[in-house]
Formats: sequence, C-alpha cells, structure tokens
Amino acid sequence: MQLVLEKRVERSGTIALVSPLIAIGLTILTMVILFAILGKNPLLALHAYFIAPLTDGYSLLEIAVKATPLVMIAIGLSLCYLANAWNIGAEGQFLIGAVAGSWIAVKTQGTDAGAWVLPAMFVLAAAAGALYALIPAICKVKFGASEILTSLMLVYVADLFLDYLVRGPWRDPQGFNFPTTAEFDPVATVPLLIEGGRLHLGSIIALLVVAAAAILLGRTIKGFEIRVVGAAPRAARFGGFNANQLIILTFAVSGALAGLAGIIEVAGPIGHLQPGISPGYGFTAIIVAFLGRLNPVGILIAGLFLALTFIGGEQAQIAMKIPLDVTKIFQGILLFYVLACDSLILYRFKLVFPNREVTRGAG
Amino acid sequence: MELVEAIILAVLAASTPLLIAATGELVTERSGVLNLGVEGMMIVGAACGFAGAWLTGSVFIGALFGMVAGTLMSLVFALMALGLAVNQVATGLALTILGVGLSGLIGAGFVGERITPAMHLYIPVLTDIPLIGRVLFGEDGFVYFSIALIVGVWWFLYRTRAGLILRACGDNHVSAHALGYPVLRIRTFAVMFGGACAGLAGAYLPLAYTPFFVPGMTAGRGWIALALVVFSSWRPGRLVAGAYLFGAVTILQLHAQGWGVGIPSQFMSALPYLATIIVLILLSRARTGGSTAPAALGTVFVPDR
Repeated sequence: MQLVLEKRVERSGTIALVSPLIAIGLTILTMVILFAILGKNPLLALHAYFIAPLTDGYSLLEIAVKATPLVMIAIGLSLCYLANAWNIGAEGQFLIGAVAGSWIAVKTQGTDAGAWVLPAMFVLAAAAGALYALIPAICKVKFGASEILTSLMLVYVADLFLDYLVRGPWRDPQGFNFPTTAEFDPVATVPLLIEGGRLHLGSIIALLVVAAAAILLGRTIKGFEIRVVGAAPRAARFGGFNANQLIILTFAVSGALAGLAGIIEVAGPIGHLQPGISPGYGFTAIIVAFLGRLNPVGILIAGLFLALTFIGGEQAQIAMKIPLDVTKIFQGILLFYVLACDSLILYRFKLVFPNREVTRGAG
Repeated sequence: MELVEAIILAVLAASTPLLIAATGELVTERSGVLNLGVEGMMIVGAACGFAGAWLTGSVFIGALFGMVAGTLMSLVFALMALGLAVNQVATGLALTILGVGLSGLIGAGFVGERITPAMHLYIPVLTDIPLIGRVLFGEDGFVYFSIALIVGVWWFLYRTRAGLILRACGDNHVSAHALGYPVLRIRTFAVMFGGACAGLAGAYLPLAYTPFFVPGMTAGRGWIALALVVFSSWRPGRLVAGAYLFGAVTILQLHAQGWGVGIPSQFMSALPYLATIIVLILLSRARTGGSTAPAALGTVFVPDR
C-alpha cells in the first residue's frame, strides 16, 4: 500500500478557498509543539502572539504600520510571480528606494525647501527601486542570466551601499558617531493620520496600491496578459503576448513599489536613514504574496496577518522572553504549509496497491 | 614568500565551503531538482555544527552534526517538492527563511563562545618542502575532503551506471520513469546528498574558518554556491575552478581593505556579489546553441500510474 499524488481533473474550488486557513491552522499547531519544546506555556505564547496585539489600540495601529510596507511590496511581487518572473530581491529594491528618497531629505536638510520635498522623495524612490529591479530583469531578458540569483545578489550590494552612506558621507555630525543621518525635516516626513501612535499616510497609499492592482488584474488587457503568460506560456505565445516585455514591466512595477515602501518606512515611522531599517520586509513579503494567493485583496489580509506576527513576536519576547527568531521560524513554516495546501488544489492523495496492479498487468 | 603562502592558504579556506556546498547542489540539480534552499541548509549546518563541536569538544562530531542538520532540512524540501509536487523555487525560498530563523534559535546560546578550530594537518616530511609544502600538505581536513568529494562526484556521475541513471532523471524524467527507474526516490537521495553537503559547508565556517558562531555568518555563500553551479555549466571540473576563483575574489577584497586602498570597505565587500552577477551575465551570453542545464531542472514530476 502506498500513498501517491494524483492530478485532479479540475482544480478544487473548495480547497482553493480554505487552503490558507488550513495552512494557518497547521502552522499554529506546529508552533504549539515548538513552544512546548522551548519550555514556554503554549497557550500563553499563542495569546501573546495573536490575541494580545489585537486588544489594545496602540498595537492595532502598529499592525497597520508594519503591514504597510509588506502589502506594498507583496502586491508588486505578486505581479512578478503571476507572470512567472522570480523577483526575490525586493529587500534590495526597498533599501535602494529608501536611499534615493533620503538623498533629497539629506540635501534639503535645514534649508527652507517647501512642500515639494516629500512628493519628490516618493518619485525618486520609486524610480530608483524600479531601475534597481530592472538590472536583474534586463540581465534575464538580454542574456538569460537567472533573475533569482542576480536579484538576490543585489540585496547584499544595496545593504552595503546604505551602510557606506550612513557611516560615511551622510552621517549626522551631531549623531555621536552613530551610523545614522540626522532626523529628517518636517517637510521630508510622511504626515501622521491621527494624533498618537505612528499610523501615517503610507497606509492610505498601500490601500490605493491594492485597489489599483485589483483593477489592473481584473479589468485590463495588461493584467490578463500577465496572468496568461504565467499560467499558460504556450497559449500566450500563440496570443502574441511578449513574455520578455512583461518580465521587464512586472519587475519595474514591483521595484517601484518596493522602493516607495522603502522611503515611506524611512520618512515615516523611522524618521531617518540608518542600517537595519528593514526586519526583512522584502523576504516576508514573499510569504505575504503566496499566503494572499497572489490576489490583491488576499494580500491585504495576509499582510495584516504577518504584521500581527511581527508585533506579537515583539510582545512575546518582552512578556515571555521568547526569542525573536521564533517569528522567522513561524513565517517559514507558514510558507511551507501554504505551498503544501495549495498543491492539494491541483492534486489529491490516493492509496494504491502496487502488488495488485502488477498481477492485473500480467493477467 | 610567506605572504604568498598565507594568501594561498586563505584562498583555499574561503573557497572550501563554496566548493562543498556547490558540489552537493550540482548533484541535486543533475537529478533535475532545483533546491534554492542552500543558504538555509548551510546556516542551520553552521549553528548545529558549532553546537555539536562545543558540546562534545570534537570538530569531527561538529561536522557530523552539521551534515545531519543539513540532511534533515533537505528532507523537508524533498517532502514538499517531490512528495507534494510543490513549486521548487518557492519551496527553496521557504527553506531559506525557515533556516535563518532556526539557526538563530539554535545558535543563540552559543554566541560569544569559542572552540578550538579544526587542526591543520602537518605531514612531517611533506609539509617541510619549501614553497609548496605548507600549501599542499598543511591544510585542515575539510580542504582535502572537499577535493576528494568533487573527484568522487565526477567519478560517480560519469563513470558509474547509477550516475548515468541520475543524469537521465535530470534530463528526461518521463523517459527515466518509463524505463522503470524510481525517479522520485533517486531525486530524494540527490536532494539529501545536497543537504548533507550544504550542512557540512555551513559547519566549516564556525569549525575551521572562524572559531566562533555569529548569526547570519553564511552571508549569502549559499546563494553564491548556487551561482557557481550555473557558472560550472553543471560540470564538476569547472566547479572547482569557479570555487577557487570566488575564494580568491573574497580574499583579494579582504586584503585590499587591510592595505588601506582608498576605496571604502563596503565597496570591497560588495565585490563577491557583483562578481557573481557579472559572471552570470558573461556566461549566459557566451553560451550558444541551447542551454547546458539539465533539461528537466526545476520541473514538477508526478508519475502517472
């Protein structure tokens, strides 16, 4: 007797709907075991992770703040993944966007520059992110170099470049030698939405991005092309869709969104440029994109959920001394379960009895 | 002359983890599976390897811990990508994310601890030969093992029947299946071999390269190993050349930083990553008349019965 996979005749709609929920359930089950191994009370730990952040207003706002970059990056990545283009260097595009936008903030510091500063920072950050993402895209289209490896290598390069700037030319002279720029001027800071907390205009921008992506994918020819090129490359070729052009386009859009997310994070909640501005948003956004089923609304929900794990992880660390790395383990396991459950949309398990089949074949 | 000797020793030390990890991934990819989780398996191997060596006081047992940890990680990958037919690219990424978290958790208790690093072998007479003696006969055990490993893999792939079958699975899994070969089982073994190698390569870092563990100490070496496999056009001989070339670039930038060349250290540190990109471009460009990659690389296989 053997358990094997068998292709379904039709993709299962029911499983497509419930698979993210099953994945989350299985992840929580696994985490209970992990907490027990770590010698922490699993129920208290789960409470700290998933319930406590939802019960006070400050944490709720923080969830929205953390979800903002995750959702923006993941929307861009979902376009890439739908078109079967593997951009995994969003972290680097995020950093380069932050650097490019900060350039204006640093150069206008202490001058009487007007309200144009923040919009200019946004535009430059998006452009820089897009250009940075175009490097792997062009290497892929022109030379056939793996976009997975090149986009990832550029993450390390961006990280080192940022490090150089804040330790060298952009370091705050009054910063006691800490590797950071001076605090941005008010005109170079993303305005807060409400008094108290850190909720800022960026969250509205993220919602607009979700809406725009939903329209692009659901209502336009370009969106249709993206989906066909990824799902049925042969059909797309017959349809005359240019796959290379779509790789360039999706990489540029996702780079622009990651870059924009980068400057919003720096000019918003952080307020200055420093190393370590991202706790791995660019990589977590990959999980957000898959958990959200590469669907804009799904990504919005998934982004909020993963933001909850960041906040919950911090609270669990403070309250129960659970290491922050547990959050990363949680996110990795979640991605595994999401992918595994997604497989059951296309396949199902079947028990086979090899011996009997052989006899039948012989007879 | 001592400087040259020191540089050669340093280059070998920097190349060895790349060579071991890339050798494992070469076998995995030759069977038709693209495991992008090398970085994750390496970093877990580093944490477990250090833990093993610190607890037992033996570098050898530490290396074994690293190999077992890498193999266990690769089994998770095999379960997903082969057992459940999940997209291999996404599974590999998940493995890396998981590995970074796991290694942080495992290694947390060992940060700041030191061990006695792997001994360099001193073969009495041979090591005393001027010029080449120390370089050829005075390395640590990992270096010799990595060379034996790649030679063994070359022999296995091109001189044995099992190697031929493994390559057949990588080039055309449907035909291999039709001929009665257990494609998924062969691939599982190939993935496990890749995991063991990645784990060992990770363990090399805290056991021989530096005598302590730092979170994130693999610093993208797993990804560079993946690029090396592409660089080698999936051939063991070129893999050796590529690994030593990259080790040389790493050491060159470290020494340049030490000599106080007027370039900021961050730019020099970025050199290995930029070199990877440039090599990938040049290589992909130079290749004419189709790809040299295993034809079924990265594709899902679900046997029909």
